Amino acid sequence: MLADFNFRIIFEYLPLFLQGLQSTFLISIVSLILALATGIIACACRISLLNFIKYPAIAYIEIMRSTPLLVQIYFLYFGLPTLGIRIPEIQTGILALMLNSGAYIAEIIRAGINSVDPGQLEAGVSSGLNYIQRMRLIVLPQALGVTVPPLLGQAIVLVKDSALLSLISVMELTRCGQTMTSERFMPSEAFFTVAFFYMCIYFCLKALADWSQKKLIFREAY
Amino acid sequence: MMAFYFSRLVEIFPFFLKGLWMTTQIAFISLVSCTLLGFFLGIFRSGGNVFLKRIIGVYVAFVRGTPFVVQIFIIFFILPDWGIQLKAFPAALLAMAIMGSAFICEIVAGGIESISRGQWEAASSSGLTLFQQLRLVIMPQAMRVILPPLVGQYVLLIKDTSVVSVIGVMELTRVGWVTVVRIPEGLMVFSLVGILYFMISYPLILLSNYLERKMAL
Repeated sequence: MLADFNFRIIFEYLPLFLQGLQSTFLISIVSLILALATGIIACACRISLLNFIKYPAIAYIEIMRSTPLLVQIYFLYFGLPTLGIRIPEIQTGILALMLNSGAYIAEIIRAGINSVDPGQLEAGVSSGLNYIQRMRLIVLPQALGVTVPPLLGQAIVLVKDSALLSLISVMELTRCGQTMTSERFMPSEAFFTVAFFYMCIYFCLKALADWSQKKLIFREAY
Repeated sequence: MMAFYFSRLVEIFPFFLKGLWMTTQIAFISLVSCTLLGFFLGIFRSGGNVFLKRIIGVYVAFVRGTPFVVQIFIIFFILPDWGIQLKAFPAALLAMAIMGSAFICEIVAGGIESISRGQWEAASSSGLTLFQQLRLVIMPQAMRVILPPLVGQYVLLIKDTSVVSVIGVMELTRVGWVTVVRIPEGLMVFSLVGILYFMISYPLILLSNYLERKMAL
């Protein structure tokens, strides 16, 4: 099994893998930032009191959460060209990741905002703060602490989800493994290396998430 | 043209229902096996045996740290190297069971650890055996913590069955993928696939929300 594990070939393909790692990294960072923006907007719409803003936001979030990401990716990949929109696969992929993660992030932020005791908002009202001030001075500072650990969890999910982009031939880490498998037919070497790189990213993000969680508990002690 | 493709799509709709049936089968079998395996592992993960705990910890870290596609590729392409030939369907079930049980294991372990030590001590001083302590005292309380995220995890697992299409299992996503080659209306074909997935997973999302409200202490 592992006795005939060919390390030489891994070193030969290392530049390809590092390129794939870099690409996975870039895709994840860009989609995470875009997803954060989408999530904040979707959440703001979701908690809005105006029905014509609120219901589209609910529909968006629920549709994204109840259909598989792979179907969403294929929907955009095969669907956008029929609308006459031709963009490179990588942008289609980032768009899909952004829309998918955005819905989850909207729910995470909403849970954070809901975790603030309504009594504090009432206290804010009676102190004469307006809506924006209440949000900015009372809700958001507290909600941020509750939101950060699950957001990092979502970042982990996003990195793993980006592997699905290999199926629409975006040249990222998993795709590198597939390339090496088809060129040399050495699936063990290829996919264990790919798994190893994903584990590296996972452990870094996990450590960050655990650390932020600890900080959060410390703050709750007040 | 659109109308023409739509009528074609209606024609081959039974094909989609077949895919839906396959997805349901995979989802059902893997949910049952994930739950059983996940509870089994979770109980040991929260137990006293440090060695077992570490082993399960490594397993969970490996599964949670790598994408599901990569796991499927490892199972489907690498097991034959080691002399284990699996067809696509059993390979898909195996991959689902391995992936799902690791996530459920963490949920169960978290639930059991949320119960205070005093409950274990009280149960053991009442003369209950270890198994009885778990079954009669700990688990009924832990289930309140476990159930909402467990149902949420079920939704994620059902959605993850779409990924097994990569090794050629003829489930819903694969059916869509095959269809879109013949009916080049991506929006229409994958909307249909999406609606069918929505019909399975949305009721579970509602159930998960309901449980979360009901179980909140």
